Amino acid sequence: MKALRRALGEFGRYPSAIAGVVIIGLLILVSIYTLLALPLPEAIAKWRGGEEYWAEYPKTAAPVWVNWFRARKLPPTLVESTADGSATKTSEALTEEMTDIQMVFDVNYTYDAFPQELSLFITTNYTSKPPLLSVTWLTPDGREIRVGEFTPRHSDVYRFSIDDKLIRRLGGIPPEQGLFIREDPSGLVLVKGNYQLLVSAVTFEPGSDVDAKFVVYGQVHGWAGTDHRRRDLSIALLWGTPVALAFGLLAAMGTTLTTMILAATGVWFGRWIDAIIQRITEIQLILPLLPILIMVGTFYSRSLWLMLGVVVVLGIFGSAVKTYRALFLQVKESPYIEAARAYGASSWRIIFQYMIPRVVPILVPQLVVLVPSYVFLEATLAVLGLGDPVLPTWGKIIDDARVNGALHQGQFYWVFEPAALLMLSGLSFAMVGFALDRIFNPRLRGL
Amino acid sequence: MSQATLPLPTEAAPAAKRGASTFSRVMRYTLVRSVALFATVVVGVYLTILIANMGGEVDKIRKAFIRDNVALSFMGDRQFQQLPREERERIIAEIITVEEHRLGLDRPFLLRSFGFLGQALSLNLGRADLLTSDSGSSQVRLILLERLPPTLLLFATANFLNFFLSIFMALGLSRRYGSFLDRAVIALAPTSAAPGWFYGLFLIIIFAAVLGLLPFGGLVAAPPPKEPLAYALSVLKHLTLPVLALVLSTIFLTIYSWRTFFLIYSSEDYVEMAKAKGLPSGTIERRYILRPTLPTIITTFALSLIALWQGAVVLETVFNWPGLGRLLFQAIGLYDTAIIVGSTVIYAYLLALTVFVLDFVYALVDPRVKVGGEGAKV
Repeated sequence: MKALRRALGEFGRYPSAIAGVVIIGLLILVSIYTLLALPLPEAIAKWRGGEEYWAEYPKTAAPVWVNWFRARKLPPTLVESTADGSATKTSEALTEEMTDIQMVFDVNYTYDAFPQELSLFITTNYTSKPPLLSVTWLTPDGREIRVGEFTPRHSDVYRFSIDDKLIRRLGGIPPEQGLFIREDPSGLVLVKGNYQLLVSAVTFEPGSDVDAKFVVYGQVHGWAGTDHRRRDLSIALLWGTPVALAFGLLAAMGTTLTTMILAATGVWFGRWIDAIIQRITEIQLILPLLPILIMVGTFYSRSLWLMLGVVVVLGIFGSAVKTYRALFLQVKESPYIEAARAYGASSWRIIFQYMIPRVVPILVPQLVVLVPSYVFLEATLAVLGLGDPVLPTWGKIIDDARVNGALHQGQFYWVFEPAALLMLSGLSFAMVGFALDRIFNPRLRGL
Repeated sequence: MSQATLPLPTEAAPAAKRGASTFSRVMRYTLVRSVALFATVVVGVYLTILIANMGGEVDKIRKAFIRDNVALSFMGDRQFQQLPREERERIIAEIITVEEHRLGLDRPFLLRSFGFLGQALSLNLGRADLLTSDSGSSQVRLILLERLPPTLLLFATANFLNFFLSIFMALGLSRRYGSFLDRAVIALAPTSAAPGWFYGLFLIIIFAAVLGLLPFGGLVAAPPPKEPLAYALSVLKHLTLPVLALVLSTIFLTIYSWRTFFLIYSSEDYVEMAKAKGLPSGTIERRYILRPTLPTIITTFALSLIALWQGAVVLETVFNWPGLGRLLFQAIGLYDTAIIVGSTVIYAYLLALTVFVLDFVYALVDPRVKVGGEGAKV
């Protein structure tokens, strides 16, 4: 107990170690929050989902905080809907069958860049005669631009950007830009101010109704941004935390503890048991870990937990067996072991209660230092396209970003966010481990 | 695993048995050692073959592939389509049998795995199923040879740079222990937790995407320059970022480990003694610090050289570097077992060879180790 308190006191002398502990604590808090706020089935469903979740999200939008570093502010996504009252809707019966519905979407556009896309999501109910919609765009400087007329199906999306007629009307400029500019003597300029989208619908059946949602897709979204499939990256960033911690800790513990027990057993029983362990270790040395993991991933299953199992099984006979063996050979000759044997302690008792506790001070720093390498191993596998097929993880974000050319197209947030989290968690464990190593390893003390 | 551990020197052997002549002792030792190492290689390679073939599962995939191909090849054949059904099935089955026999798929897997083992061990690495070399050959040996130079270039450059930089920086730091630079290196040592490809991503962002100074990846510019000098310059330009990424991912930890190692050795009594005698610090470093640590330095260097073979699969993939690592990944994607086993076999041989050579080098540089002494088992 006293030794432990002394070790803790010494630990406080390393600022980097304290920083590491704080970061690990934060990561654990994030994990707990994630597990509570976003249950795994929901996270997986969202992460693998398509339009049903992500229709209103922009594609590869940067996180909101990039605006802090930019003089020209990028727009976020603006959503207005008649269903929830954020847009006004008035209806007036024309005849018994026909109703005129006026919908007004106010867009206060004060940003320095164009939106990414414009879409109008329409839901109507009718039995045989669909309503007729006509859409007009009013600019702050009082111009009126006819967008188009169409008859929607029950649930339809009108995408401004792919309407060729509208593009032609705007002189070949994409609508998400063409609708927001004015011709000046100096050229075309973006106009800020209150825009209005007027949708007037005529229904041809009694009881037929129209609702619409106008989405001005922005170029920034949320604190994490979105990816090429419009998914909010925050899901994978949040869920990556418990996955990385679990994988790193379990793999490190699995390999270190089993290796230690194995080395102790080999040393204590000696002779052929020791010889066999030694030979297996030598064979393991020439078995390349990463290629085998790749093989397992391609041939068998990409489940993260299978990978974890393979890592642990291959790690048991890792080269660390040799290091521990050298330590245990010294421990075995100690007088207190002799004493234990004299009072008749069984072999297993000696191994687990006398030999292993003796080397725990060396085990602990090793274990902590090993964690980051496994956290990064998970990311490595994901970057090779062998990430877990269902779990959203940091490595998979990096892989998606790399495959979809984020590096070439300047979408750096996409790589930066998971990379920063990886680095943070890796560094925190490494810093703590290094400090522990210097505390527990008397030869390093003061160096 | 980026965690560099400093290997312990082999256990010092007690004095050799009296009476045995040195020559016969060395011969016996060499023989025993090589047999043991060879057995290790055999088992390791066989395990790789088993895993690579999924205990026979790959064969099923390959058989299905052959079936598909044969069926496809007759798709557009009018004459064939007009034959009666039994006739068609008979022809297809016949071709499949011939094809399977050609690839040796008609014998049971266990039997073939031993044949495969024999071939692999005699470096008769066979033919790749799908991948070919740039010259169009599907000989595994040729494919491996073709991909070897880029990997060697990349990893040898990075390793030599890393090795010499770290040794000299570590020596310097151990002299100025406690200085700002020393503390900076200690603080930076945990950054080596991240692998090379991770730094590669950032380097690509900074130097290729934002600054546009260096290329995103690849070996040479496309089309490759004709003049040798321009070609070399182009390769150098492409080499910079991956090498930098590799060095960044290891250098601080290596410096830290060596520095600590040297510090431990420089607090030995004989070094104090040498200092007290007033020997120049250069002599102390060379004779009293570097000399006793030479076995460890050599081991670390040799093991890092072997690591070349493994390459960093991801680093080569990230940088589009046409080396062995990317080849391995491609091969695994295409279920090309011959290539996977081929590179593992060569790796196993190299490792065994290095361990073998190391035993002797130890004896040369470490007077405590005597070849062939009792208990000189590594």
